[in-house]
Amino acid sequence: MNDGIFTVMFYLAAIIAVTAAWGVIYCKNLVHSALFLALCFIAVAGLYALLNADFLAAVQIMVYAGTVVILIVLGIMMTRRVSMDRSNVMEKSSILGAAVVSLLLLVCLLLIFLNVSFVDSAVNDIQDTVGALAQLLLTHYVLAFEIAAVLLLSAMIGAIVLAKGADEK
Amino acid sequence: MHSGLLVMTADMLSNGIDSLIGNTLITQFIMVILEIVAIFAVISVAVIIQVYMERRVCGFIQDRLGPNRVGPFGILQTVADMIKLMSKEDIIPAKAERVLWGITPMLLFIPAALVYAVFPFDDGAIFTDLNIGIFFVLAVMSQSVLMFLIGGFASENKYSFIGGMRAVAQMLSSEIPMAFSIMAVVMVTGSLKMSTIVAAQSGTWFVFIQPLAFIIFIISMTMETNRTPFDLVEGESEIIAGPFTEYSGMRWALFFLAEYTNLLTAAVLTTTLFLGGWQGPVLPGIVWFIIKVFLMIFVFMWIRWTFPRTRIDQMMGFSWKILLPLALFNIIATGIGVYIYNWMY
Repeated sequence: MNDGIFTVMFYLAAIIAVTAAWGVIYCKNLVHSALFLALCFIAVAGLYALLNADFLAAVQIMVYAGTVVILIVLGIMMTRRVSMDRSNVMEKSSILGAAVVSLLLLVCLLLIFLNVSFVDSAVNDIQDTVGALAQLLLTHYVLAFEIAAVLLLSAMIGAIVLAKGADEK
Repeated sequence: MHSGLLVMTADMLSNGIDSLIGNTLITQFIMVILEIVAIFAVISVAVIIQVYMERRVCGFIQDRLGPNRVGPFGILQTVADMIKLMSKEDIIPAKAERVLWGITPMLLFIPAALVYAVFPFDDGAIFTDLNIGIFFVLAVMSQSVLMFLIGGFASENKYSFIGGMRAVAQMLSSEIPMAFSIMAVVMVTGSLKMSTIVAAQSGTWFVFIQPLAFIIFIISMTMETNRTPFDLVEGESEIIAGPFTEYSGMRWALFFLAEYTNLLTAAVLTTTLFLGGWQGPVLPGIVWFIIKVFLMIFVFMWIRWTFPRTRIDQMMGFSWKILLPLALFNIIATGIGVYIYNWMY
């Protein structure tokens, strides 16, 4: 891709992602926060697409941005307020917690950045990302793949059992 | 090399612009803009034809005439309706969330139009032939449910809100059988690329190899496009008009536009996945494509005006307990079939 277009698109997606993330935290209304989260996910999907990770970008949109719908439904059903206006207000105590978590994350990221040497791959871009992913998932990472599948299945069965409720007689 | 009518026209146009300007980069840029304009033109014209066709088909099925006063055979009825909608007063509910409520109809059109980027209209006439083509369509199409929910939520109206919640339940239960029915097609083709899926049907159409997937796909597509017998999101007799209750005039027209764009999407997807896309004898590819797409649109209208509306619990039960197991069975059967085929040849 043309370098100039790449840079412009990168900064566009990055600015949208950061602004949306800021909106997620500072919106007073839970639904608005969740919508900004969807925007943030879509901007991150744009970053993936710029890196030629097309399948990952589509999964990001389908799974993450798609889940925001469920998040909003849960948010509305769980908060049980007449108005959603002040459903996501920052508390004094949560600011402290947020500061600690952010600091920890910053330290972790710095450690990773300082210890990992990023290499520019000399090989050309992978054209068939889906095929390559499938090969890896069903050979090298098959154990992790199956464990995740079993975990999801058990979570689903658990949800069904909980939703059915006890047999009251 | 591609030999379709559309590609030849585009090549001629691009050569003409190139000789006029003499800069390849600017020519490419102009061509991309022209292609986007062409896609929007296709959508708008198709929507106008579909609205007229819906009324005539409805009239025919209910044994009446349908629109027949404005212009010859009433073909200008849609134009008259558009003028009426544009001249309507713009009513905004006092207690609605203004910003969210206002942007919802516009946002709804984005996923509806975005999927047209990967549809093969003719041999080589495809805006971007993504490697993940059909998966991209699924990912983008699933986003429209968010707009229904926001529209229902921002209207601050119980009927709109129930409609929005119904949209979430309905889309979730329709998308999973649909994705699994498409997966069987992808298994036979071995690719997610739209052009490869069409090319794989040069011999036999997938409707003959995958009849079960075809039926599941048609039913789940009817749910996805919110059309009777599964138009529970609007359900006039139950919740007025669901998320569209508070919208009028041009804002409502945008919902309407997105709805008919989705119907066209459903027909194009069925044509591409099961009916061999643009392929056919004698006639050029684009003509075959248009014939098949309008045949499928007619089938969807036929379904709409034939069946009564189901209840929400019937629809959810049908989708999760019948369509999903059938789709899973179809995937296993397809897997065994592909294995035996590879073993024999």
